Amino acid sequence: MTASGTFGYGPEFEDFYDINILGGIVVKGTTGKARQGNPYPRMAETPSGMLNAVGLQNKGVDGFINDIYPKIKHYNTAILVNVSGSTVEEYIEVAEKINALEHIPGIELNISCPNVKEGGMAFGTSCPSAIAVTKAVREVYKKTLVVKLSPNVTDIAEMAKAVEGAGADGVSLINTLLGMAIDAEKRRPILSTVTGGLSGPAVKPVALRMVWQTYKAVKIPIIGLGGIMNATDAIEFMLAGASAIQIGTANFIDPAIGAKVVSGIEDYMERHGISDVTSLIGALQI
Amino acid sequence: MKKQIIDFKVIGNKRVNATHFILTLQSELPLPTMLPGQFVEVKVEGSPTTFLRRPISIHDVDYKSNKLLLLIQEKGDGTRKLADLKPGDNLNIVLPLGNSFTQASEGESVLLVGGGCGVAPLLFLARELHAKGVKVTTLMGARSQDMIMEPENYSQFGELLITTEDGSVGKKGFVIHHPIWWDTKPSFDRIYTCGPDPMMKAISKLADKYQINCEVSLEQTMACGVGACLCCIVDTQRGHLCTCTDGPVFDYKELKNWID
Repeated sequence: MTASGTFGYGPEFEDFYDINILGGIVVKGTTGKARQGNPYPRMAETPSGMLNAVGLQNKGVDGFINDIYPKIKHYNTAILVNVSGSTVEEYIEVAEKINALEHIPGIELNISCPNVKEGGMAFGTSCPSAIAVTKAVREVYKKTLVVKLSPNVTDIAEMAKAVEGAGADGVSLINTLLGMAIDAEKRRPILSTVTGGLSGPAVKPVALRMVWQTYKAVKIPIIGLGGIMNATDAIEFMLAGASAIQIGTANFIDPAIGAKVVSGIEDYMERHGISDVTSLIGALQI
Repeated sequence: MKKQIIDFKVIGNKRVNATHFILTLQSELPLPTMLPGQFVEVKVEGSPTTFLRRPISIHDVDYKSNKLLLLIQEKGDGTRKLADLKPGDNLNIVLPLGNSFTQASEGESVLLVGGGCGVAPLLFLARELHAKGVKVTTLMGARSQDMIMEPENYSQFGELLITTEDGSVGKKGFVIHHPIWWDTKPSFDRIYTCGPDPMMKAISKLADKYQINCEVSLEQTMACGVGACLCCIVDTQRGHLCTCTDGPVFDYKELKNWID
């Protein structure tokens, strides 16, 4: 799959490969009303990664349904909508509207965005609020409900268990790690918001560890992400317990990376004589 | 125009002055059609601090020999690594990206204004406009003579005017101090400009004063280059737009807080 916020809505990458070979596309975070996002600069390059502070710029759920959905509903891959909000009511509103879309088989509940002042990560860093928002959305959303977890917590496995109990069908992890970058010459932060979300290979070891801890704690499937740059990285996440993986920041470095990871996983299976890719899930030998 | 990922071979790396160089790249495959004002995203190998591709203007194109020229300023680790490239080295590039300068019509008179490395997209533009029968005048500005890069390339497509801050070549001063602006109304149908923001803003103000169409080519830090990450936004009358896909070329009137 491709990760929310790194692949637009799909058409942005159609020139580079047949995106229908992907298991799924998680489209940009969608909120109740249109959001302008944060001011420029929103991005800082870091060693082996980048910080972003986009702040959920999007056309709002109605804009998605009217302008974007008609252009992508024909894709022969699972399109998941990343659902974001500032209040439980907003999450419910978006989820209800997406529930009515025939060609959207699931949503990814974003309770882990570090870049908005209210809501977002606030829901995903405390168990009671994560449970509350997951339960509320579960009541109105009838298809596959994935909850995207924040790594900015003491115990991510506890969070995963909490949303599992609240009715999540699966969890995806990790969202970005809160970080910051400073321009020493100007003595100023690089991002307009001072802090932002770190992604890329820099976060991969943290993500792997969290997938592994979560795998041991929950029964629902895990979608692993965080710094996956190639097929080997993807396999590592599966071995740690991920049933599926998302490619995020790597899409910026190589817009055809999705196709390469898919064929790379096939090569790995052939090399190791594996016929069923699910046999890799949690197959880490310790 | 389909975007492509192409492995180019470096066939030339020419030092232009202390901080600028021109890479001549060749592809085995035919190049996609490119438009003046578009850019490419270059993958930098071997620089631990350079994670993202570098957006670089298309300086010139030769479709017959599948050659692409990039005029690059050394700014940080990434561009310094590119400056070290040698003939035979490979360079992976995503192209063509972004919109383009509006195509002027035959018979129109156009002024191109480039400041420093901002001349980079103007050579390809001058070539294409000249071929269409557009009257091209290029105004180059820089700190000093060494920063006026390869002026002879531009003069083959029309009149070339130069200003330098120290007066070492051309008229002394900034591009806005050139005598062409002394006319009651300079006789241009369009102005296309690329360079530092203060220069482009000053040119936009002149264009506004004389009621001449004016387009500016912006530079922002970018990640994806294809409109997916929403990092390179610019504040416009239509809200936040991506420099990489809605730009890099904008009508100055579309930009918010651009001229007062």
